[in-house]
Amino acid sequence: MSKRFLALIAILVAGLVLAACGGGGASSAFECTDAIGCVEVAAGAPIRIASALVISGPNTDLGLDSQHGVEIAIEFKGDVLGHSVELQAEDDGCSAEGGQTAGQKIVSDPSIVAIIGTSCSGAGVPLAQIASDAGYAVVSPSNTAPSLTDPAQAWKPGYLRTAHNDKVQGAAMADFAYNTLGLHTAAAIHDGDPYTEGLANAFREAFEAQGGSVVAFTAVNVGDTDMRPVLTSIAASAGGAPEFLFFPVFTNECAHLATQSLEVAGLENTVRGAADGCFSAAAAELIGSAAPGMYFSGPDLSFSGDTYTRFAAAYQTNFGTAPLSVFHAHAFDATNMVLSCVEQVAKQSDGALLIGRQDLRDCLYATSGFAGITGSLTCNEYGDCADAKIAVYEIQGGDYVSIWP
Amino acid sequence: MRDRLAKLNWIDLFLWVARAAIVLVILVGTVKTLINNPYTLRNWEDFIIFGIAQGSMYALIAIGYTLVYGVLQMINFAHGEFFMSGIFASTAAVAIPLSRAGYLESHPVPSLLLIALSSIVVSVLISLLTERIAYRPLRHAPRLMPLITAIGASFFWQYYFRGLFGAQAIPFPTIPQLAGSVPFLHTQVLKPHILVIFVTFVVLVALNFFISSTRPGKAIRAVAENKDVAALMGIDVDRTISLTFATGAAMAGVAGMLYALVFQQVHFFMGFIPGIKAFTAAVLGGIGSIPGAAVGGLFLGLFESLGPSLFLQSLGIPAFNQLKDVIAFTMLVLVLIFRPQGIVGERLKEKKA
Repeated sequence: MSKRFLALIAILVAGLVLAACGGGGASSAFECTDAIGCVEVAAGAPIRIASALVISGPNTDLGLDSQHGVEIAIEFKGDVLGHSVELQAEDDGCSAEGGQTAGQKIVSDPSIVAIIGTSCSGAGVPLAQIASDAGYAVVSPSNTAPSLTDPAQAWKPGYLRTAHNDKVQGAAMADFAYNTLGLHTAAAIHDGDPYTEGLANAFREAFEAQGGSVVAFTAVNVGDTDMRPVLTSIAASAGGAPEFLFFPVFTNECAHLATQSLEVAGLENTVRGAADGCFSAAAAELIGSAAPGMYFSGPDLSFSGDTYTRFAAAYQTNFGTAPLSVFHAHAFDATNMVLSCVEQVAKQSDGALLIGRQDLRDCLYATSGFAGITGSLTCNEYGDCADAKIAVYEIQGGDYVSIWP
Repeated sequence: MRDRLAKLNWIDLFLWVARAAIVLVILVGTVKTLINNPYTLRNWEDFIIFGIAQGSMYALIAIGYTLVYGVLQMINFAHGEFFMSGIFASTAAVAIPLSRAGYLESHPVPSLLLIALSSIVVSVLISLLTERIAYRPLRHAPRLMPLITAIGASFFWQYYFRGLFGAQAIPFPTIPQLAGSVPFLHTQVLKPHILVIFVTFVVLVALNFFISSTRPGKAIRAVAENKDVAALMGIDVDRTISLTFATGAAMAGVAGMLYALVFQQVHFFMGFIPGIKAFTAAVLGGIGSIPGAAVGGLFLGLFESLGPSLFLQSLGIPAFNQLKDVIAFTMLVLVLIFRPQGIVGERLKEKKA
């Protein structure tokens, strides 16, 4: 009995060893010399990239819009070095848990070259960590939280973004409110998410630097519906009711704050502002008749040029709608940045490709003067690549119309 | 006394210190806030009215938890979905078409009645279906099984309705006649809030009459008292249990319409948080008791609305409004420590507990 058992184990072990040798023996002419590993693309196989964008829940428009941008970029690019490009679309859930899940799923697949994502900064923090540890490159078309490109906070090697840093957006909104609208007291509300908190903080710092005073700085919870108590406390702030109320939160909470702020005593004349987390067809519909007297900051979408004309036409043809949200062009540029770096760093042999992961990262960080729809992209050492232009919009007849600068 | 001291171990001691600390924080916070009162009388009245309106909705939903618990000693965690299904379907299939046709603006009263009716009908149908398919076959199974099934049913309905009407929030049409407010004491009360408080009051009075004075209501009470004896007296227990679910779901259907009028958006996940809060309200008031559900709902609404400003603001806590759920649940814990049967609950008999 025990002899047969030993024999069985011996056979299993031998099988494993043979299999391991066999696997090694079958490896191709390439030798990977990259410090953090390589992706090999066999002849005829597609180059695979993953997206991790919010494609479920109340913020679907935000992520789906970016995913459409990625898909159009892949379509326009055609074959890269003789290989087709394939997208694996994951959902970041717009939450830390969602980013974690999407990240784990992607890095468990070694054939994926790079990640376009995430939509929400809250999901970006864990995903950047996981992807960075596994050697992947991440380019976000839509994360704007300042902490993500701050090495003292959430920045990880391999993370870059084509979206603006919210230091720029917060400063633009403060400039608009203080100088253009002439409002000198403000309040800000966030929901504890890194994006909303980062942007509310950036706004506060910039508004105070302009000379304004921030009379209240508070927070609500994601999923809250009754905003009237918090709005009443803001209206009764020690510094008086604010002239400007800035709430850079996501769709549902943003719509609740927008409609309910009109009903709270003391805030009748307060001008309201939100940001790109509340910038979608769905948000405009929910805000409805509360839109007058409300301003939205977001990336300047007054793009021009042949590429954008073709892009807009392709978006309409492929998806049957005008762009749903604001980061489609950033996603298009992020995808092109990645594919152009793949072209530059891939080693070719007999139709197969070898892409060094560190080479790919180095190439991405070295991006300089890259001509995209959103402008001329130049990355700094911590991955801020955007040619950041912020505009302020208002809703007119259900559409966001740019009114500043 | 010496006996009790001898039995006191360090865990009890820790718990007593924790209780005392919570009470102290609340007292100090309240006194400090009242001394350097940052609010006007009007603000306080606003907080109370917001709290009562929110609490009324919790109360209506809590009725469903408490009725089912009274009859089956089971927590029906799918009840939040009964609330969601009615108004979500009614908004998509009735309110929006009515608004598009202009009928909602020109005839608000019949429209609202139609919306309420469709919301109630859908909620009741969903509850009867859930009871028949998911709960009745498990009537004699161990008590954990219907509980787990209820959680499963809750997910099922959430994603079923997401499949029907989509994952996005849908705006509930605004009714011009319900915009604006009416002066009251030192403040202005929003018209939807008046409607919420009035409708809740009427519905609760009607429910009380139904349960205490009609034959089906008496049957519900008899089944809650003792199923076997009720069956011997000629009461159809299965039908009465279905009726209990339907009554609770009808309340949830009304609550759904009031919620949509106040918050003006509906989505497939909207039942989750109100469901949990209403369950809390039912426990706070004393689960199994109908007045308990009403009182518990009102208290919870008031704690959420007044709590952050009254208890925490003057303690210098940043973003104190974010802690409203912490306050609500801390109050629940406090009430349960000092009054385990809930605010108006009766002590359960041995057999039922």
